[in-house]
Amino acid sequence: MRTLALPVVVVLVLALVAGCARRQPPIASPRPAPPTIAPPPARTVPDPPPPPPPPARVEESVPVPSEPLAEDTIANRSLDDLNRDSPFKPVFFALDSAELDDAGRAVATANAQLLRKYPTWVITVEGHCDERGTAEYNLALGERRAVAVKTYLVSLGISPDRIRTVSYGKEFPFDPGHDEAAWAQNRRAHFVITSK
Amino acid sequence: MTTRYVLVTLAVLAGSLRASSQEPAPAPQQPSEVAVVITGDPGTPPRYAVPDFIALTPDAADAAKTVAQVLWDDLAFEREFYVIPRDTYATIPVARSPDQIPFNAWRELGADAVVFGTVARTGDSVRVEVRLFNIRTRQSVFGKEYTGTASNPRLYAHTIADEIHQQQRALRGVARTKLAFTSDRNRERMVGTVQNRDVKEVYISDYDGANVRRITTNRQLNLTPVWSPDARAIAYTSYRRGYPDLFIALIYQGVQQEPTKGGTQNWLPMFSPDGTRIVFTSSRDGNPELYVINRDGSGLRRLTNHPAIDTSPTWSPTGTQIAFTSDRAGTPQIYIVGADGLNLRRLTTAESYADRPTWSPAPFNEIAFAARTGRGYDIKIYDLATGATRQITFGEGSNESPAYAPNGRHLAFTSTRAGRAQIFTIGRDGRGVRQITRDGNNYTPSWSN
Repeated sequence: MRTLALPVVVVLVLALVAGCARRQPPIASPRPAPPTIAPPPARTVPDPPPPPPPPARVEESVPVPSEPLAEDTIANRSLDDLNRDSPFKPVFFALDSAELDDAGRAVATANAQLLRKYPTWVITVEGHCDERGTAEYNLALGERRAVAVKTYLVSLGISPDRIRTVSYGKEFPFDPGHDEAAWAQNRRAHFVITSK
Repeated sequence: MTTRYVLVTLAVLAGSLRASSQEPAPAPQQPSEVAVVITGDPGTPPRYAVPDFIALTPDAADAAKTVAQVLWDDLAFEREFYVIPRDTYATIPVARSPDQIPFNAWRELGADAVVFGTVARTGDSVRVEVRLFNIRTRQSVFGKEYTGTASNPRLYAHTIADEIHQQQRALRGVARTKLAFTSDRNRERMVGTVQNRDVKEVYISDYDGANVRRITTNRQLNLTPVWSPDARAIAYTSYRRGYPDLFIALIYQGVQQEPTKGGTQNWLPMFSPDGTRIVFTSSRDGNPELYVINRDGSGLRRLTNHPAIDTSPTWSPTGTQIAFTSDRAGTPQIYIVGADGLNLRRLTTAESYADRPTWSPAPFNEIAFAARTGRGYDIKIYDLATGATRQITFGEGSNESPAYAPNGRHLAFTSTRAGRAQIFTIGRDGRGVRQITRDGNNYTPSWSN
């Protein structure tokens, strides 16, 4: 048994190499097989195994919808979830200013597109200010910011009945810090979806 | 012997805050003005000593201690007297009766006047007797007896201080006045929003910060409270409907009034000096403008008409003019307009940003406001007679929202000098800063009559 084993292995290896050169089945790698794959010679059967068949291709037709996917991850969320991670981006303002700059108009335009996409939504635009204004004056400045955004949305065709405004002055800062980065975050018109 | 102390019994209504501010006219003083008024050394204010009051009953000990301590603070507040620190006369024996007062010891301490007082308690009521002695003449120049509830001994000290200021200095003291302000001290979160937003509620306290009471309980944003002239109502801005609107709380009746009746956005109310009208800011016509309305909601009248912001109105003491803030010149500045909407003129010209004008009571004729100075704000005062502006805070934190005391000698304001926003009071000369609030953040004080 032991004297026969070596020639059998040699023949087997030669046959594999020859087969590899001709047909290149996936398992006929020229690399030495890993030890776990190469069984010890003593336990192989005397007859060389047939080369494994090529793997069968399993395919299934995928249906293609005739219209875009109906799954709307925005429309299906609750109001609180929507407002917690809002699809509306805030409009930011310069210090002491209630005028929309180019970036502000771009954000407001994108928000108007959302309002057109979800025509039942009603929103409140909150005007916020940074702590560098006084508490009293900021109530008026926040009102002006909210109204400026509403006016721009209406100019883009959104019904004014869908947009309420409220000013919170500097009462509710989004960033409690006391530096320019925080102030820039706090000078904003913040969009809240109030019904959908 | 022309001066004998007047013994008047003032029935302080038990448990009623009204007693603190609504008191009958003071009884006529002794005609001998010269002998009654205690003077100091030439050129210096009289030096007052306020030793412990005597507890005539054992359960009056705490009240006796409180009355003396609060009276010391009250007498020191107006800075008409030099009130000698109490620890410097710990060794002077306490008199049990007026004839035991150690006048020689007080004379050696340099005192010109000494208070002698007793407190007796019977159940829930107390009787407080006080006399003020001229140490040079050893005569009592002021004497009075009070009875009422034992629940708030501070009120007796406040009453004594106001009457001593009236008699000795012909000065209307403010010891029985109150402050109203807005605070997040209850740390309640606003409902109906996904943001972390703390509510603000309206509170009142004594002028010295003691005796805090909550006025609003709606767990929304409640801002800019102001006292009615009779000190029995507070008008304020509340977001309880989701937008700012005016409300009036009749604080001793538990009644709430809504002069603007909802539907429009209104904020920053201010009572007229006669209490019949309210001036406020509203965006009801699309832009922040000033309006006047009768307290019952009738007679709405628009005061300003300009595409810029007009806000922060305050009445002149006669009710004929209104000072306010407008950014019609590009930055927020103080303006004055007649109560009829005519005769507009600009006041501040040297400020980069000025807001919250507050008109002083007579006899002063000035308007305090918050002016941007560097990173924050400071309180400045515009003298209407001379056109000159002086500054009374100097960059200790940011200082906003000044409000005059009814005698015009002090202002309350919001300051961040202690870290968080707190209410402070300061003399109109910029001296004598006192911190009033310490709990939470506190804003926009109003000082009652």
